[in-house]
Amino acid sequence: MAAISREILKRRGIHRSPVMATIGTRSMASWFGHVEPAAKDPILGVTEAFLADPSPDKVNVGVGAYRDDNGKPVVLECVREAERRIAGNLNMEYLPMGGSIKMIEESLKLAYGEDSELIKEKRIAAVQALSGTGACRLFADFQKRFLPDTQIYIPIPTWANHHNIWRDACVPQRTFRYYHPETRGLDFASMMDDIKNAPNGSFFLLHACAHNPTGVDPSEEQWREISYQFKVKNHFPFFDMAYQGFASGDPNRDAKAIRIFLEDGHLIGCAQSYAKNMGLYGQRVGCLSILCDDELQAVAVKSQLQQLARPMYSNPPVHGALVVSIILGDPELKSLWLKEVKGMADRIIGMRKALRENLEKLGSPLSWEHITNQIGMFCYSGMTPEQVDRLTDEFHIYMTRNGRISMAGVTTGNAGYLANAIHEVTKSS
Amino acid sequence: MASALASVALSTTFARAVPLPENSMVQRIGAEKKHDNPLFKGKAFRRVSMAVSVNVSRFEGVTMAPPDPILGVSEAFRADTNDLKLNLGVGAYRTEELQPYVLNVVKKAEKLMLERGENKEYLPIEGLAAFNKVTAELLFGADNSVIQEGRVATIQGLSGTGSLRLAAAFIHRYFPDAKALISSPTWGNHKNIFNDARVPWSEYRYYDPRTVGLDFDGMVADIKAAPDGSFVLLHGCAHNPTGIDPTPEQWEKIADVIQEKNHIPFFDVAYQGFASGSLDADAYSVRLFVRRGFELLVAQSYSKNLGLYAERIGAINVVCSSSDAGTRVKSQLKRLARPMYSNPPVHGARIVANVVGDPNLFNEWKQEMELMAGRIKNVRQRLYENLSEKDKSGKDWSFVLKQIGMFSYTGLHKAQSDHMTDKWHIYMTKDGRISLAGLSLSKCEYLADAIIDSFHNVD
Repeated sequence: MAAISREILKRRGIHRSPVMATIGTRSMASWFGHVEPAAKDPILGVTEAFLADPSPDKVNVGVGAYRDDNGKPVVLECVREAERRIAGNLNMEYLPMGGSIKMIEESLKLAYGEDSELIKEKRIAAVQALSGTGACRLFADFQKRFLPDTQIYIPIPTWANHHNIWRDACVPQRTFRYYHPETRGLDFASMMDDIKNAPNGSFFLLHACAHNPTGVDPSEEQWREISYQFKVKNHFPFFDMAYQGFASGDPNRDAKAIRIFLEDGHLIGCAQSYAKNMGLYGQRVGCLSILCDDELQAVAVKSQLQQLARPMYSNPPVHGALVVSIILGDPELKSLWLKEVKGMADRIIGMRKALRENLEKLGSPLSWEHITNQIGMFCYSGMTPEQVDRLTDEFHIYMTRNGRISMAGVTTGNAGYLANAIHEVTKSS
Repeated sequence: MASALASVALSTTFARAVPLPENSMVQRIGAEKKHDNPLFKGKAFRRVSMAVSVNVSRFEGVTMAPPDPILGVSEAFRADTNDLKLNLGVGAYRTEELQPYVLNVVKKAEKLMLERGENKEYLPIEGLAAFNKVTAELLFGADNSVIQEGRVATIQGLSGTGSLRLAAAFIHRYFPDAKALISSPTWGNHKNIFNDARVPWSEYRYYDPRTVGLDFDGMVADIKAAPDGSFVLLHGCAHNPTGIDPTPEQWEKIADVIQEKNHIPFFDVAYQGFASGSLDADAYSVRLFVRRGFELLVAQSYSKNLGLYAERIGAINVVCSSSDAGTRVKSQLKRLARPMYSNPPVHGARIVANVVGDPNLFNEWKQEMELMAGRIKNVRQRLYENLSEKDKSGKDWSFVLKQIGMFSYTGLHKAQSDHMTDKWHIYMTKDGRISLAGLSLSKCEYLADAIIDSFHNVD
């Protein structure tokens, strides 16, 4: 990074100290002359463009935030109730450095299993993190500091920010094949090849469920084979689980991959997020956990994770953590949550059916099976960037240029319009 | 023998015949890689009776991190069972009853927010627009030319720490050869922030133990001696940990030498309003530098002045010479934030926006802030009186009154500070810093006794 910046400086002929010739007036040189405008974030930039569009027909199937059938953001009932209990009552003293203990406990139960022996044995080093992003970043920084010779294998494709995270943490990246464009499903054979060919002891980033952006998950059988191969190769599995409960509607089912790996004795890492499954997007609540040999090691690892977090933000924000703890810690609220998360998942599954049926009814020459085969918030449509551009320009439909459709943005009201538009831009391909 | 046992463990506990990976390595910190049988460790024996677990953790060599010097103090305090214990460690405001304090305006703002039932959608990467607007206006003054001309790049950050970190990351990326200059002493986490952002730093003299005041000549000399174009980290008001601030005249001279050396001022403003009780007065130093035409960086925090500690709400502001530069800088700050946490937490930002944006709430806030700052001043006064009365040595304790803000540098060194804890159950940081926010009028006498004892009787 330093080398790149020096290049920029050289190219612009900027020396280290621009002359501050006339302080006190506006005609002085700037220190920031060499700072170029950053490209728009590919995902968040979509919503910006959508908001700026005046067309009444516009549809936002860009960012992965859940919408109800009226296209409105949703605050879950269980969340509202939790907030009522919080408002104006508790003080806002700093959380302990590792975050809310209660929230961490509940998060581990969700991910590792309600009755997990590993939790009882205190073998899991876990800290509250700034949603999934923060959890991944903490892990990447931890990897850099304690295993400086390792790299991370990232699936093709993946959520774009994964690349940014490990890059800014200065951990070298490799990729492994994942998505099969022809079938719009999993390229299992190539994936297994890449797993086998990676040097022993490599670090792999795995999406626990509802792969983003493809929606393509390995089957249970395939997960077992992947786990076995990881054993053979002594690879380290790092799970990014951003959609637990949101994929199938059942949190335990969505954690199946993790449970398989745990049964096989892997020592895993896991990033959890409550952005989608509890609708707490802007609260930035999540959890990073690392399974260790024993309690002593877990304590050491946790202390080091805290050490990494301290110069980033000191301690994590309390509000979202309180909401999560209250909900998961209260049996009634928890079961309300389970109902609501299933409701969200069911609506998405329903929209997948609707979109596919609409396309088939329009007589599309292409196969749209993958819409219902894929799972979770996203559908990898298989459309090209050019086709996506046409959708935006001609139909005011906003999505990322990799053809990813956020199914959460699809409603009974716009499914037909969307299908029609997709049909229009793809019927000649 | 151990390996024989280990291979038995392997074959009996692992159903499938898994060949041991060749060249499997167990990496330890600071040690060479060993080509070990990963089971060949004492721990493996305990696992013979457990199901599976062939893998040995890669984090074997991870050692326990040292307790954080500041946050670790509160943890130690909590563990102490003595009745007389006093927590003068972390800088969190306490009432006279030594209870945490949620400001009334905050409670009102939260009720408003609950009633409105706002959604919890992602904020943009740069944070809540309403918050960014009011925070810059609060700092620079709404009618300041830098704001009128759109020359300030403001990004919501994770309180002071997060805002400083963003700025440090920006410095590393765009000023890769630049150094940061930090005061000696400074808030402990400043060094961690620059270290982890890989920005080299050095110190400028600041605290003079002989006067328990500012080593102004040393400060100016060290800033002058640094390479041109360094980033000078300055505490806007209520210096942490010393409580010692430059006078307005001294600020002008500091600005002179920074200008002379083409340095870039980098303010950490964690106590605006909390130091003197007046928001505008506490922004004096920042506004002076702005008036003099510097481009500069300012990190803000609402942890103390709005009591929003745990919500993690603050901002990084970069004052640029043009609005175009401001736009570009803002875009790059966003690019640094995205792989750290994507977008900042919304709750605290909404509280600030509601409080500052509503004239009634804003006035009420100013009153509450005066009360908090006033309590601290009263406590300083009482402590000074107690020290002066009880200490017969003739030592000048007036620095307690001259210092400002939440903290006081007592001049006690590490052994003396330890003595404060060990004998008197008074918890403070090892550099001799006490948090007056954690002190009540009723405990001043006890504290005075402890300080006098530690100062005179411990070497």
